[in-house]
Amino acid sequence: MWAFIHKFGSPKWFYAISARLEPWCWALAALALGVGTLWGLAVAPADYQQGESFRIIYVHVPAALLAQSIFVAMALSGLVFMVWKIKVADMAATVMAPFGAMMTFAALFSGAVWGIPTWGTWWEWDARLTSMLILLFLYLGVIALRGAFARRDSGARAASLLALVGVINIPIIKYSVEWWYTLHQSATFTLTSRPAMPASMWLPLLIMLVGFYSFFTALTLARTRSEIVKREGDKRWVRALVDKEL
Amino acid sequence: MTPKRKQRLFALLGIVVLAAIAVGLTLFALRANINLFFSPVQIAQGQAPLERQIRAGGLVKAGSVARDPQSLDVAFTVTDYVEEVEVAYSGILPDLFREGQGVVVVGELQSDGRIRADKVLARHDENYMPPEVAQALEEAGYSPADYQQKAEQVVKELEARAGFQPDEN
Repeated sequence: MWAFIHKFGSPKWFYAISARLEPWCWALAALALGVGTLWGLAVAPADYQQGESFRIIYVHVPAALLAQSIFVAMALSGLVFMVWKIKVADMAATVMAPFGAMMTFAALFSGAVWGIPTWGTWWEWDARLTSMLILLFLYLGVIALRGAFARRDSGARAASLLALVGVINIPIIKYSVEWWYTLHQSATFTLTSRPAMPASMWLPLLIMLVGFYSFFTALTLARTRSEIVKREGDKRWVRALVDKEL
Repeated sequence: MTPKRKQRLFALLGIVVLAAIAVGLTLFALRANINLFFSPVQIAQGQAPLERQIRAGGLVKAGSVARDPQSLDVAFTVTDYVEEVEVAYSGILPDLFREGQGVVVVGELQSDGRIRADKVLARHDENYMPPEVAQALEEAGYSPADYQQKAEQVVKELEARAGFQPDEN
Protein backbone atom coordinates (compact mmCIF):
# COMPACT_ATOMS: atom_id res chain seq x y z
CA MET A 1 0.00 0.00 0.00
CA TRP A 2 2.79 2.40 0.91
CA ALA A 3 5.10 1.22 -1.85
CA PHE A 4 4.32 4.23 -4.05
CA ILE A 5 6.00 6.51 -1.52
CA HIS A 6 9.24 4.61 -1.95
CA LYS A 7 8.94 4.54 -5.70
CA PHE A 8 8.19 8.26 -5.95
CA GLY A 9 10.85 8.89 -3.33
CA SER A 10 13.63 7.28 -5.33
CA PRO A 11 15.85 10.21 -6.41
CA LYS A 12 16.54 8.64 -9.79
CA TRP A 13 12.87 8.14 -10.59
CA PHE A 14 11.96 11.59 -9.29
CA TYR A 15 14.72 13.16 -11.37
CA ALA A 16 13.47 11.50 -14.56
CA ILE A 17 9.79 12.20 -14.06
CA SER A 18 10.27 15.83 -12.96
CA ALA A 19 12.50 16.51 -15.96
CA ARG A 20 9.56 15.58 -18.15
CA LEU A 21 6.97 17.54 -16.15
CA GLU A 22 8.98 20.70 -15.67
CA PRO A 23 8.76 22.30 -19.17
CA TRP A 24 4.96 21.95 -19.13
CA CYS A 25 4.77 23.67 -15.74
CA TRP A 26 6.99 26.54 -16.93
CA ALA A 27 4.91 26.94 -20.09
CA LEU A 28 1.63 26.97 -18.17
CA ALA A 29 3.06 29.44 -15.65
CA ALA A 30 4.29 31.83 -18.35
CA LEU A 31 0.99 31.67 -20.21
CA ALA A 32 -1.25 32.09 -17.15
CA LEU A 33 0.88 34.82 -15.55
CA GLY A 34 1.04 36.73 -18.83
CA VAL A 35 -2.67 36.50 -19.60
CA GLY A 36 -3.71 37.00 -15.96
CA THR A 37 -1.53 40.09 -15.47
CA LEU A 38 -2.76 41.79 -18.65
CA TRP A 39 -6.38 40.87 -17.97
CA GLY A 40 -6.28 41.80 -14.32
CA LEU A 41 -4.43 45.09 -14.71
CA ALA A 42 -5.89 46.37 -17.98
CA VAL A 43 -9.15 44.62 -18.87
CA ALA A 44 -10.96 43.85 -15.60
CA PRO A 45 -13.26 46.67 -14.37
CA ALA A 46 -12.26 48.86 -11.43
CA ASP A 47 -14.06 48.40 -8.12
CA TYR A 48 -16.97 50.72 -7.24
CA GLN A 49 -15.41 51.71 -3.92
CA GLN A 50 -11.67 51.08 -4.08
CA GLY A 51 -11.19 52.16 -7.68
CA GLU A 52 -7.99 50.97 -9.33
CA SER A 53 -6.22 50.02 -6.10
CA PHE A 54 -8.32 46.85 -5.87
CA ARG A 55 -6.13 45.38 -8.64
CA ILE A 56 -3.56 44.50 -5.99
CA ILE A 57 -5.85 41.53 -5.35
CA TYR A 58 -4.38 39.85 -8.44
CA VAL A 59 -1.03 39.58 -6.68
CA HIS A 60 -2.09 39.64 -3.04
CA VAL A 61 -4.57 36.73 -3.01
CA PRO A 62 -2.45 34.27 -5.06
CA ALA A 63 0.63 35.12 -2.95
CA ALA A 64 -1.22 34.69 0.35
CA LEU A 65 -2.88 31.45 -0.72
CA LEU A 66 0.36 30.04 -2.11
CA ALA A 67 2.27 31.02 1.04
CA GLN A 68 -0.10 28.89 3.11
CA SER A 69 -0.20 26.00 0.62
CA ILE A 70 3.60 25.86 0.52
CA PHE A 71 3.75 25.66 4.29
CA VAL A 72 1.32 22.71 4.31
CA ALA A 73 3.28 21.04 1.50
CA MET A 74 6.50 21.59 3.44
CA ALA A 75 5.00 20.10 6.62
CA LEU A 76 3.70 17.05 4.73
CA SER A 77 7.12 16.56 3.12
CA GLY A 78 8.59 16.79 6.60
CA LEU A 79 6.20 14.12 7.85
CA VAL A 80 7.05 11.81 4.95
CA PHE A 81 10.76 12.39 5.60
CA MET A 82 10.48 11.73 9.34
CA VAL A 83 8.31 8.61 9.07
CA TRP A 84 9.55 6.95 5.88
CA LYS A 85 13.05 8.50 5.74
CA ILE A 86 12.52 9.54 2.13
CA LYS A 87 15.40 11.83 1.17
CA VAL A 88 13.60 13.44 -1.78
CA ALA A 89 10.85 14.63 0.57
CA ASP A 90 13.43 16.49 2.64
CA MET A 91 15.05 17.96 -0.48
CA ALA A 92 11.66 19.24 -1.64
CA ALA A 93 10.97 20.74 1.81
CA THR A 94 14.39 22.42 1.76
CA VAL A 95 13.83 24.16 -1.56
CA MET A 96 10.20 25.12 -0.83
CA ALA A 97 10.94 27.15 2.30
CA PRO A 98 12.63 30.25 0.79
CA PHE A 99 9.97 30.61 -1.90
CA GLY A 100 7.23 30.23 0.71
CA ALA A 101 8.84 32.96 2.81
CA MET A 102 9.00 35.18 -0.27
CA MET A 103 5.30 34.64 -1.00
CA THR A 104 4.42 35.45 2.62
CA PHE A 105 6.41 38.66 2.38
CA ALA A 106 4.74 39.48 -0.95
CA ALA A 107 1.30 39.00 0.62
CA LEU A 108 2.19 41.17 3.63
CA PHE A 109 3.78 43.87 1.48
CA SER A 110 1.01 44.05 -1.12
CA GLY A 111 -1.54 44.09 1.71
CA ALA A 112 0.24 47.01 3.35
CA VAL A 113 0.35 48.94 0.06
CA TRP A 114 -3.38 48.30 -0.39
CA GLY A 115 -4.11 49.16 3.24
CA ILE A 116 -2.85 52.74 3.03
CA PRO A 117 -5.52 54.03 0.59
CA THR A 118 -8.25 51.60 1.65
CA TRP A 119 -8.05 51.35 5.43
CA GLY A 120 -6.04 54.46 6.14
CA THR A 121 -3.23 52.44 7.73
CA TRP A 122 -0.60 50.08 6.43
CA TRP A 123 -0.46 47.89 9.51
CA GLU A 124 -2.85 47.05 12.31
CA TRP A 125 -2.34 44.25 14.83
CA ASP A 126 -5.46 42.37 13.89
CA ALA A 127 -5.66 38.59 13.97
CA ARG A 128 -5.27 38.05 10.20
CA LEU A 129 -2.28 40.35 9.77
CA THR A 130 -0.57 39.10 12.92
CA SER A 131 -1.03 35.40 12.11
CA MET A 132 0.36 36.04 8.63
CA LEU A 133 3.41 37.74 10.18
CA ILE A 134 3.83 34.68 12.41
CA LEU A 135 3.80 32.55 9.24
CA LEU A 136 6.73 34.60 7.92
CA PHE A 137 8.63 34.05 11.19
CA LEU A 138 7.84 30.32 11.04
CA TYR A 139 9.30 30.15 7.53
CA LEU A 140 12.42 32.01 8.65
CA GLY A 141 12.62 29.71 11.69
CA VAL A 142 12.41 26.58 9.52
CA ILE A 143 15.15 27.92 7.22
CA ALA A 144 17.39 28.96 10.11
CA LEU A 145 16.87 25.73 12.07
CA ARG A 146 17.86 23.65 9.07
CA GLY A 147 21.11 25.54 8.79
CA ALA A 148 21.86 25.52 12.52
CA PHE A 149 23.08 21.92 12.72
CA ALA A 150 26.45 20.56 11.66
CA ARG A 151 24.86 17.28 10.54
CA ARG A 152 22.36 17.69 7.73
CA ASP A 153 20.13 14.93 9.06
CA SER A 154 19.68 16.62 12.45
CA GLY A 155 18.85 19.93 10.81
CA ALA A 156 16.38 18.24 8.49
CA ARG A 157 14.58 16.58 11.40
CA ALA A 158 14.43 19.76 13.47
CA ALA A 159 13.12 21.77 10.52
CA SER A 160 10.53 19.10 9.69
CA LEU A 161 9.27 19.08 13.27
CA LEU A 162 8.96 22.87 13.36
CA ALA A 163 7.12 22.85 10.03
CA LEU A 164 4.79 20.13 11.27
CA VAL A 165 3.93 21.94 14.50
CA GLY A 166 3.78 25.29 12.70
CA VAL A 167 1.06 24.00 10.43
CA ILE A 168 -1.35 24.73 13.32
CA ASN A 169 -1.02 28.38 12.30
CA ILE A 170 -2.64 27.72 8.90
CA PRO A 171 -6.23 27.17 10.12
CA ILE A 172 -5.72 30.14 12.45
CA ILE A 173 -4.88 32.35 9.46
CA LYS A 174 -7.81 30.96 7.48
CA TYR A 175 -10.44 31.39 10.19
CA SER A 176 -8.99 34.47 11.93
CA VAL A 177 -11.45 36.71 10.07
CA GLU A 178 -14.38 34.60 11.30
CA TRP A 179 -13.35 33.84 14.87
CA TRP A 180 -12.41 37.39 15.81
CA TYR A 181 -13.24 40.94 14.83
CA THR A 182 -10.53 41.99 12.41
CA LEU A 183 -9.76 44.90 10.13
CA HIS A 184 -9.19 42.46 7.29
CA GLN A 185 -12.41 41.52 5.49
CA SER A 186 -13.70 37.95 5.46
CA ALA A 187 -13.28 35.65 2.48
CA THR A 188 -14.78 36.72 -0.85
CA PHE A 189 -14.46 33.18 -2.19
CA THR A 190 -15.85 30.14 -0.44
CA LEU A 191 -16.48 26.65 -1.72
CA THR A 192 -20.11 26.71 -0.60
CA SER A 193 -21.50 29.97 -1.98
CA ARG A 194 -21.22 32.14 -5.05
CA PRO A 195 -18.26 34.56 -5.01
CA ALA A 196 -19.08 38.08 -3.85
CA MET A 197 -17.49 39.34 -7.06
CA PRO A 198 -18.57 39.22 -10.72
CA ALA A 199 -16.91 36.86 -13.20
CA SER A 200 -15.22 39.76 -15.02
CA MET A 201 -13.19 40.26 -11.84
CA TRP A 202 -12.61 36.72 -10.58
CA LEU A 203 -11.73 35.07 -13.90
CA PRO A 204 -8.37 36.89 -14.17
CA LEU A 205 -7.80 36.09 -10.49
CA LEU A 206 -8.35 32.39 -11.18
CA ILE A 207 -5.86 32.57 -14.07
CA MET A 208 -3.33 34.30 -11.80
CA LEU A 209 -3.81 31.53 -9.22
CA VAL A 210 -3.09 28.89 -11.88
CA GLY A 211 -0.02 30.91 -12.89
CA PHE A 212 1.33 31.24 -9.33
CA TYR A 213 0.79 27.56 -8.53
CA SER A 214 2.38 26.30 -11.76
CA PHE A 215 5.30 28.66 -11.27
CA PHE A 216 5.78 27.23 -7.78
CA THR A 217 5.52 23.64 -9.08
CA ALA A 218 8.04 24.25 -11.87
CA LEU A 219 10.45 26.02 -9.51
CA THR A 220 10.19 23.26 -6.89
CA LEU A 221 10.80 20.53 -9.47
CA ALA A 222 13.81 22.38 -10.89
CA ARG A 223 15.33 23.15 -7.50
CA THR A 224 14.68 19.66 -6.14
CA ARG A 225 16.49 18.22 -9.13
CA SER A 226 19.52 20.41 -8.56
CA GLU A 227 19.38 19.45 -4.87
CA ILE A 228 19.41 15.76 -5.90
CA VAL A 229 22.51 16.31 -8.04
CA LYS A 230 24.16 18.17 -5.17
CA ARG A 231 23.41 15.62 -2.45
CA GLU A 232 23.60 12.42 -4.49
CA GLY A 233 26.77 13.44 -6.33
CA ASP A 234 28.56 10.21 -5.36
CA LYS A 235 25.90 7.95 -6.92
CA ARG A 236 26.82 6.25 -10.17
CA TRP A 237 23.72 7.40 -12.10
CA VAL A 238 24.32 11.04 -11.09
CA ARG A 239 27.95 10.88 -12.18
CA ALA A 240 26.93 9.35 -15.48
CA LEU A 241 24.43 12.16 -15.90
CA VAL A 242 26.99 14.86 -15.14
CA ASP A 243 29.56 13.26 -17.46
CA LYS A 244 27.02 13.28 -20.25
CA GLU A 245 26.29 16.98 -19.71
CA LEU A 246 29.97 17.99 -19.70
CA MET B 1 4.05 0.09 6.94
CA THR B 2 6.55 -1.33 9.39
CA PRO B 3 5.77 -1.10 13.14
CA LYS B 4 8.66 1.32 13.57
CA ARG B 5 7.32 3.69 10.92
CA LYS B 6 3.83 3.44 12.37
CA GLN B 7 5.22 4.33 15.78
CA ARG B 8 7.04 7.37 14.37
CA LEU B 9 3.93 8.49 12.50
CA PHE B 10 1.73 8.31 15.61
CA ALA B 11 4.37 9.99 17.77
CA LEU B 12 4.57 12.92 15.32
CA LEU B 13 0.82 13.22 14.93
CA GLY B 14 0.55 13.11 18.74
CA ILE B 15 2.97 16.03 19.05
CA VAL B 16 0.98 18.03 16.50
CA VAL B 17 -2.35 17.28 18.23
CA LEU B 18 -0.97 18.24 21.66
CA ALA B 19 0.50 21.46 20.27
CA ALA B 20 -2.80 22.25 18.57
CA ILE B 21 -4.68 21.75 21.85
CA ALA B 22 -2.20 24.01 23.66
CA VAL B 23 -2.54 26.74 21.03
CA GLY B 24 -6.31 26.33 20.97
CA LEU B 25 -6.60 26.75 24.75
CA THR B 26 -4.31 29.80 24.68
CA LEU B 27 -6.33 31.46 21.94
CA PHE B 28 -9.57 30.60 23.76
CA ALA B 29 -8.26 32.21 26.95
CA LEU B 30 -7.14 35.29 25.02
CA ARG B 31 -10.21 35.50 22.80
CA ALA B 32 -11.33 38.91 24.07
CA ASN B 33 -7.87 40.39 23.54
CA ILE B 34 -7.50 39.09 20.01
CA ASN B 35 -10.59 40.93 18.83
CA LEU B 36 -9.39 44.08 17.12
CA PHE B 37 -12.38 46.14 18.24
CA PHE B 38 -15.48 46.30 20.43
CA SER B 39 -18.83 46.24 18.69
CA PRO B 40 -21.54 48.73 19.76
CA VAL B 41 -23.39 45.85 21.51
CA GLN B 42 -20.31 45.12 23.63
CA ILE B 43 -19.93 48.83 24.45
CA ALA B 44 -23.60 49.05 25.44
CA GLN B 45 -23.14 46.04 27.71
CA GLY B 46 -20.26 47.84 29.41
CA GLN B 47 -17.50 45.52 28.23
CA ALA B 48 -15.29 48.35 26.97
CA PRO B 49 -13.19 50.29 29.51
CA LEU B 50 -13.83 54.02 29.94
CA GLU B 51 -11.23 56.68 29.13
CA ARG B 52 -8.63 54.23 27.88
CA GLN B 53 -7.67 53.81 24.28
CA ILE B 54 -9.94 51.25 22.67
CA ARG B 55 -11.09 50.39 19.18
CA ALA B 56 -14.73 50.28 18.24
CA GLY B 57 -16.02 48.87 15.00
CA GLY B 58 -19.24 48.74 13.07
CA LEU B 59 -20.97 50.44 10.19
CA VAL B 60 -21.42 54.17 9.74
CA LYS B 61 -25.15 54.71 10.18
CA ALA B 62 -26.80 56.15 7.07
CA GLY B 63 -27.61 59.84 7.47
CA SER B 64 -25.60 60.23 10.68
CA VAL B 65 -22.48 61.96 9.35
CA ALA B 66 -22.38 65.62 10.35
CA ARG B 67 -19.40 67.71 9.23
CA ASP B 68 -18.49 71.07 10.67
CA PRO B 69 -18.05 73.38 7.64
CA GLN B 70 -15.49 75.54 9.52
CA SER B 71 -13.08 72.77 10.58
CA LEU B 72 -12.17 69.12 10.12
CA ASP B 73 -14.53 68.09 12.92
CA VAL B 74 -16.94 65.35 12.02
CA ALA B 75 -19.49 63.43 14.07
CA PHE B 76 -21.13 60.17 13.09
CA THR B 77 -22.83 57.13 14.56
CA VAL B 78 -21.40 53.63 14.42
CA THR B 79 -23.97 50.85 14.47
CA ASP B 80 -24.07 47.06 14.40
CA TYR B 81 -27.81 47.19 13.63
CA VAL B 82 -28.56 46.48 17.29
CA GLU B 83 -26.81 49.15 19.33
CA GLU B 84 -25.27 52.47 18.33
CA VAL B 85 -22.39 54.56 19.55
CA GLU B 86 -21.68 58.19 18.68
CA VAL B 87 -18.21 59.17 17.53
CA ALA B 88 -16.55 62.58 17.41
CA TYR B 89 -13.44 62.93 15.26
CA SER B 90 -11.24 65.71 14.02
CA GLY B 91 -9.03 64.95 11.05
CA ILE B 92 -8.92 63.55 7.57
CA LEU B 93 -11.08 60.51 6.92
CA PRO B 94 -9.89 57.62 4.69
CA ASP B 95 -11.12 57.57 1.08
CA LEU B 96 -13.40 54.63 1.71
CA PHE B 97 -15.21 56.32 4.60
CA ARG B 98 -18.90 56.80 3.78
CA GLU B 99 -22.31 56.08 5.21
CA GLY B 100 -23.08 52.39 5.37
CA GLN B 101 -19.36 51.55 5.26
CA GLY B 102 -17.58 49.49 7.90
CA VAL B 103 -15.15 51.46 10.07
CA VAL B 104 -12.84 50.90 13.01
CA VAL B 105 -12.36 53.96 15.21
CA VAL B 106 -9.45 54.24 17.62
CA GLY B 107 -10.15 56.45 20.59
CA GLU B 108 -11.39 56.82 24.16
CA LEU B 109 -14.87 56.00 25.37
CA GLN B 110 -16.19 58.96 27.37
CA SER B 111 -18.46 58.58 30.38
CA ASP B 112 -21.37 59.98 28.34
CA GLY B 113 -21.12 56.96 26.03
CA ARG B 114 -19.54 58.82 23.12
CA ILE B 115 -16.18 57.99 21.61
CA ARG B 116 -13.58 60.67 21.02
CA ALA B 117 -11.63 59.22 18.11
CA ASP B 118 -7.94 59.78 17.37
CA LYS B 119 -7.98 57.71 14.22
CA VAL B 120 -10.64 56.38 11.87
CA LEU B 121 -9.89 53.34 9.70
CA ALA B 122 -12.19 52.23 6.91
CA ARG B 123 -13.00 48.56 6.82
CA HIS B 124 -13.53 46.98 3.44
CA ASP B 125 -16.14 44.24 3.13
CA GLU B 126 -15.77 41.10 1.03
CA ASN B 127 -17.94 42.44 -1.83
CA TYR B 128 -16.37 43.64 -5.04
CA MET B 129 -18.22 44.99 -8.05
CA PRO B 130 -17.67 47.30 -10.99
CA PRO B 131 -19.09 50.86 -10.60
CA GLU B 132 -21.81 50.20 -13.19
CA VAL B 133 -23.14 47.25 -11.22
CA ALA B 134 -23.15 49.26 -8.00
CA GLN B 135 -25.04 52.05 -9.76
CA ALA B 136 -27.57 49.61 -11.18
CA LEU B 137 -28.10 48.13 -7.73
CA GLU B 138 -28.65 51.58 -6.27
CA GLU B 139 -31.09 52.51 -9.01
CA ALA B 140 -32.98 49.32 -8.25
CA GLY B 141 -33.24 50.71 -4.71
CA TYR B 142 -31.08 48.15 -2.97
CA SER B 143 -28.65 49.72 -0.54
CA PRO B 144 -30.97 51.44 2.02
CA ALA B 145 -33.42 48.52 1.92
CA ASP B 146 -30.51 46.19 2.46
CA TYR B 147 -29.69 48.09 5.64
CA GLN B 148 -33.12 47.42 7.19
CA GLN B 149 -33.20 43.84 6.01
CA LYS B 150 -29.80 43.16 7.49
CA ALA B 151 -30.81 44.86 10.72
CA GLU B 152 -33.78 42.55 11.20
CA GLN B 153 -31.67 39.55 10.36
CA VAL B 154 -28.97 40.47 12.86
CA VAL B 155 -31.50 41.14 15.64
CA LYS B 156 -33.11 37.76 15.02
CA GLU B 157 -29.74 36.06 15.14
CA LEU B 158 -28.83 37.77 18.38
CA GLU B 159 -32.19 36.91 19.95
CA ALA B 160 -31.81 33.29 18.95
CA ARG B 161 -28.40 33.30 20.62
CA ALA B 162 -28.53 33.23 24.46
CA GLY B 163 -31.87 35.07 24.67
CA PHE B 164 -30.37 38.50 24.04
CA GLN B 165 -32.90 41.37 24.32
CA PRO B 166 -32.17 44.60 22.46
CA ASP B 167 -33.34 47.89 23.99
CA GLU B 168 -36.76 49.08 22.88
CA ASN B 169 -36.20 52.82 22.65
